[in-house]
Amino acid sequence: MADLYTVNKSPFEKNSLEDAIRFSSEGASILLIEDGVYGAMAGTAVSDLVAGATGRKFYALRADLKARGIAEDRLIDGVELVDYAGFVDLVVNHDKVQAWL
Amino acid sequence: MPIEANGKVFETDEEGYLANINEWEPAVAEAMAKEDDLELTDEHWDIINFLREYYEEYQIAPAVRVLTKAVGKKLGKEKGNSKYLYGLFPYGPGKQACRYAGLPKPTGCV
Amino acid sequence: MSDVKKFMYLNRRAPYGTIYAWESLEVVLIGAAFDQEVSLMFVDDGVFQLVKGSDTSESDMKNFTPTYRTLGDYGVRHMYVDKASLEARGLTQDDLIEVAWEDWETEEEVDNIVEILDSKEIAKKLEESDVVFSF
Repeated sequence: MADLYTVNKSPFEKNSLEDAIRFSSEGASILLIEDGVYGAMAGTAVSDLVAGATGRKFYALRADLKARGIAEDRLIDGVELVDYAGFVDLVVNHDKVQAWL
Repeated sequence: MPIEANGKVFETDEEGYLANINEWEPAVAEAMAKEDDLELTDEHWDIINFLREYYEEYQIAPAVRVLTKAVGKKLGKEKGNSKYLYGLFPYGPGKQACRYAGLPKPTGCV
Repeated sequence: MSDVKKFMYLNRRAPYGTIYAWESLEVVLIGAAFDQEVSLMFVDDGVFQLVKGSDTSESDMKNFTPTYRTLGDYGVRHMYVDKASLEARGLTQDDLIEVAWEDWETEEEVDNIVEILDSKEIAKKLEESDVVFSF
């Protein structure tokens, strides 16, 4: 088992995503929510954070992407979308949740 | 005070604006107008329908001066002035007409 | 009309995650009643405020992205976007909403007042403003 990291801040404004990746172990899951979903966009100045992270599985909350007008075809390959029920499943299926704010 | 219309009860806020814009139906406007002793004519409905369209497109209730200008553009210059609009809605076209249309109170209206 | 001041609203935060964008928009809507020359500037994550296609139906939040499109009716004359901020976020003008402006008396029209500027031009616009409100 591994931990679930949640990141809710924009990677352009804070280093929460960078730190969550840096301070997580292989096999960890990282769920992007709220302004954190901007980290899932392809073709940005910070796309390499997610695209270049090996051994981490990335998820993004669909409702937060939609609210921000980010279409699915703008996302980095391999990022999996979840709804609120999927969020709950992720929480249940990990040892614990670490919120990186 | 909740308002009764068409055999249903509609929740409102403390100033009488509909709590949920999606619940609105024409009977709500009729019931609100009746409480104000006002009979709704086609001219009233032009403004109410205009406000609903505006909200649908921009997600806010327009300020009175925006409403006035937009009505003038859409319904004719002779209607795009506050005298005409206050004639229809004596409590203020912003507040009263928005309330009948099920919209929230216009931003900046006190 | 020497008492007309140039107001600049400087927006640097993403919408929806925090309250700043909506607060700024509300102040602009209310302030429009005062007949000043109003411009909006979007830099850093503020450029996300103008990204079109917002759908908040699944997140139980008010969708205020369409509201920016009525700002021309509220007398906002210019909406400036920082080019570098857009590019860093993989965005182009095609990703942004369009805001029309029209002078109701002269019927002068501008199809889209959203304009992309480089940092030098932005510095100039900020310098030319009488007041800068930061959000």
